[in-house]
Amino acid sequence: MSDLADIVTVILVGAGALLFLAGALGLLRFPDTLSRLHAISKADNLGLGLIVLGLLPQATSIGDGLKLLCIWLLAQLSAATASQLLARAVHRGRTAP
Amino acid sequence: MTAALQPGVLFGLCGAALVGIGLFSVVTHPGLLRRIVGCNILGAGIFLVFGAVARRGGAAGFAADPVPQALVITGIVVAFSASALAVALLKRLVEPAADAEETEAAEPRGGP
Amino acid sequence: MMLLVDIALVAGLLALAAHVVAEADERSAIIAFLSLGLLLGLAWVRLAAPDVALTEIAIGGGGTGILLLRAEAAIRGRGKHEEPVTRTGKLAIAAGCAAISIGLGLAVLSFSSPAPTLAPAAAEALPATGLGNPVTAVLLAYRALDTLLEKVVVLLALIGVWSLAPDAVWGGTPEVRPGEVPGPLAYLARILPPFGVVIGVYMFWVGADAPGGTFQAGTVLAAMWLLVMLAGLRPPPQTAGLPLRLALAGGPVLFLVIAFLGFAFADGFLAYPKAWAKPLIVAIEAALTLSVAAALAMLVAGPARKAPTR
Repeated sequence: MSDLADIVTVILVGAGALLFLAGALGLLRFPDTLSRLHAISKADNLGLGLIVLGLLPQATSIGDGLKLLCIWLLAQLSAATASQLLARAVHRGRTAP
Repeated sequence: MTAALQPGVLFGLCGAALVGIGLFSVVTHPGLLRRIVGCNILGAGIFLVFGAVARRGGAAGFAADPVPQALVITGIVVAFSASALAVALLKRLVEPAADAEETEAAEPRGGP
Repeated sequence: MMLLVDIALVAGLLALAAHVVAEADERSAIIAFLSLGLLLGLAWVRLAAPDVALTEIAIGGGGTGILLLRAEAAIRGRGKHEEPVTRTGKLAIAAGCAAISIGLGLAVLSFSSPAPTLAPAAAEALPATGLGNPVTAVLLAYRALDTLLEKVVVLLALIGVWSLAPDAVWGGTPEVRPGEVPGPLAYLARILPPFGVVIGVYMFWVGADAPGGTFQAGTVLAAMWLLVMLAGLRPPPQTAGLPLRLALAGGPVLFLVIAFLGFAFADGFLAYPKAWAKPLIVAIEAALTLSVAAALAMLVAGPARKAPTR
């Protein structure tokens, strides 16, 4: 049973790591700030979600699993706010006279 | 070479390198704000050297010696306070002179 | 296997530090410094020091980051610039810094073996304090004097920051809120602080037996207060106001009172009576957490900018 949990963990965490890599690649290669924000937020939110899902089988208790989910939700909340603020600053800078 | 692979020593060497990088920024950068950043990097490097000392001192069931860890926690808080004071001084330094004129007018004028 | 992680982490740290120093744009350098703080937190986890990792990420990364970002925004375009150093000067200084680094590195490599350590002494005295986390025991029991003096240093820095206010506005409120508050920031400032306060209090409470403690918890609480002030949901307090000054002074005063009572009830200054060790330590920690939170938030808020209302 724990072998199955380990396999699930490795697959999901590996997929999450690949998504982080894709996000970093997008950050480096996309031409302007807005498209880079798009790459980072998609990759990071989904990548973090996959890593958290992959770590859930390894959690030792329900409380630990809930803490992992809380981490994911809080990270999404702050990342979403930061992306909105950055995009707003870019938009403001573009339309400034 | 294997001496560098003992637990913590690698990060101690990294700390030594960070000290050099931070010190270079403090001395050479023309902008004052970046010098404050360099000071913080210098501090981070010194703390990593402490961390190497702590990691090597793991015994009695602890993975790392707790006394250097407590010293580093104290150091991080004090470094932040020093940075805050430096930043406040810097902001006051570059404020426009109009503020200085206002406060001069507010002070009582002595003399004849 | 973990050696690869360590080497990657060290390479990342050095590359990021070099980038922070060499980058021309001020704002990207500060954001890179913020991420350096986060990577340093990972380095501390690899050094088996989770308390230090928490403190580094919270204060070194987040606290210093917001301090520098606000400073950069205030200074933009008006910075004082020294004379740039000539190329040969830079080479000479780089050689000097490299020599210092190499010397420090040689010192690290020539640490004596077996390493001298205080861990056995710390472990032996731990049951007497009633705590489970040795770092908290060092901070609040074995080396409590250091923590008391550190708190006084933080207050001195705060007084230094406050003293930079012009005479006309002494005792007034600092300026924290930006001119226009974006909607998402106000939303975050309504949603996050309840969770943040719970997490902060949990970190303080669990710091007695697991990684955590006063300074980490105080920083989280200070961050939540700063978020509320930045979004304009609550005005910053008057620096001459009594509640703020009571909150700031409460921690060190309680610490000093318990320290001097040690003369009467135990062996001497800062000694705790045996049966009361853990309750006293937790009481000191609680007061200290509130004081640290208030002090750190006020340090970021800066000196007064608006005259006090009478």
